[in-house]
Amino acid sequence: MSVKLKLKSVSKSFSGTTVIDNFSLDVATGEMVCLIGASGSGKSTLLRCINLLEPIDNGEIWLDDFDIAEPSLDPDPIRRRIGLVFQSFNLFPHLTVMDNVTLAPRKVLGKGKLQAQAQAMELLERFGLSDKARAYPDHLSGGQQQRVAIVRTLAMQPELLLLDEITSALDPELVGEVLDVVRALKASRMTMLLATHEMAFAREVADRVCFLDEGRLIETAPPSALFTAPQEQRTREFLSRVL
Amino acid sequence: MTAFQPTITPLQLTRRQRHDRRLKRRSLVVSCISVLLVALILVLLVPKAPGWEAVKSSFFNWDILVKTFPKLLSAFVVDLKIFFWSAPLIFILSLAIALARNTRRPALFPLRLFGAVYTDVLRGVPVILLVYLIGFGIPGLGLPRPYNSPYIWGTVALVLGYSAYVAEVFRAGIESVHSSQSAAARSLGLSESDTMRYVVLPQAIRRQVPALMNFVIALLKDVALLSFIGPIEILRQANVYKSLMANFTPYVGAAIIFLCVTIPVTRYADYLLARQRNERTT
Ligand SMILES: Nc1ncnc2c1ncn2[C@@H]1O[C@H](COP(=O)(O)OP(=O)(O)OP(=O)(O)O)[C@@H](O)[C@H]1O
Ligand SMILES: [Mg+2]
Repeated sequence: MSVKLKLKSVSKSFSGTTVIDNFSLDVATGEMVCLIGASGSGKSTLLRCINLLEPIDNGEIWLDDFDIAEPSLDPDPIRRRIGLVFQSFNLFPHLTVMDNVTLAPRKVLGKGKLQAQAQAMELLERFGLSDKARAYPDHLSGGQQQRVAIVRTLAMQPELLLLDEITSALDPELVGEVLDVVRALKASRMTMLLATHEMAFAREVADRVCFLDEGRLIETAPPSALFTAPQEQRTREFLSRVL
Repeated sequence: MTAFQPTITPLQLTRRQRHDRRLKRRSLVVSCISVLLVALILVLLVPKAPGWEAVKSSFFNWDILVKTFPKLLSAFVVDLKIFFWSAPLIFILSLAIALARNTRRPALFPLRLFGAVYTDVLRGVPVILLVYLIGFGIPGLGLPRPYNSPYIWGTVALVLGYSAYVAEVFRAGIESVHSSQSAAARSLGLSESDTMRYVVLPQAIRRQVPALMNFVIALLKDVALLSFIGPIEILRQANVYKSLMANFTPYVGAAIIFLCVTIPVTRYADYLLARQRNERTT
């Protein structure tokens, strides 16, 4: 199986505080990897670094056979290949659902309006949102907003999808509909890296789970192994607190 | 069993609604009475002031008002023309300055510096001084007609002065759009300029509409500053009549004309502000 994303000794610090510490990880094409770890362990920062929203201090980030962390590269064409979905949705409030979804395909990929809308409609239908196409984000429930945010990212046909605690801003009864979307994406063999506090979900869908602590990768294993027989003391402590 | 039936008014109002109605009726009566009282006092007492007859004939002369009003109105059209020329120019120039101040590209640093200096200098000078300096200074260079028109240079002075303030309004608007919005746009692959154009600016401008409306009102009034450098707009026309007729009534006429325009605009601005406040709380 080919490697889609390869992190080599990635480090990142904010004004002297190390947030990502010598982090290495391979994600295979079609693989789904879950990042777990306490609040502040660096999950969001890692995802933002992979998406080049934050420059890294050291290390390499390989997407296929390019080191995208090379500072001289133009980040825009790389970002469009990597989708990032945020905890707080970050939909554009002044645009309708349809315009949220079609903005990037039109302005970045240069698609025509009709073509972009047809493609968007297909995606919205697939995730049960076709009747919301003309609505503004304010008029949607949190779960619907997050599903639109995922659709907006998918409309760019990313090769790699980064999901940052996409359910933690949602009321409990809305979590299910968003997780269903992730299940569907997993079934379509999308390569995904997902930061989450939903241990049960990680256990169900992940091919591999990574436990982070203070910016370091402490342990990585298939969920069956990591959740039942963690090798590291710190993993055991964390799991005993959250399970 | 009719004895225990609750009393129901014909309109089927709840107890709370009846109570509210009673309160509303009472406060309406009270405010009507107090307005009448104040009006009565003004009507009865003001004419008793020793100088009232003189003030009345020099400020509130009906005949003079009727005679001068049409000319004042047509002079006000000049004000409106200058306003409708300046407003879009101010919009464009101030947006350009705000964007220049916002840029982070090193190649554009001179632009950024220019933006900062521009806003600092022009906000530090009274608009009337700009009108004098530009309106008298540049035509004084001996430019050929029509480029020596005080209409043009007065408008330029207004545009330059107002743009410095409005640029700050835009800049505050841009800064008020949360960085997560541009992060979302950038993560989709949008360039920095597309992010500004399609995501940040539309939200920034929408948020600042009430503040911009206040500048619209101020500009409407400040067009009258050009009267000092020549254009025969409404204030200058009123001035001419005042000298001609040795009477101040034309000023009152001008004030009435201004109010007819500015009050509706002010009401509308307040309405927008209130609506925005409601949106934020709900
Ligand atoms: N822009 C920033 N400037 C300074 N420090 C930051 C910045 N972003 C994150 N940090 C710090 O980096 C550390 C890791 O933060 P991060 O958000 O990546 O953690 P997380 O694992 O996603 O936590 P959570 O589960 O709460 O989302 C935290 O200590 C945080 O304070
Ligand atoms: Mg986080």
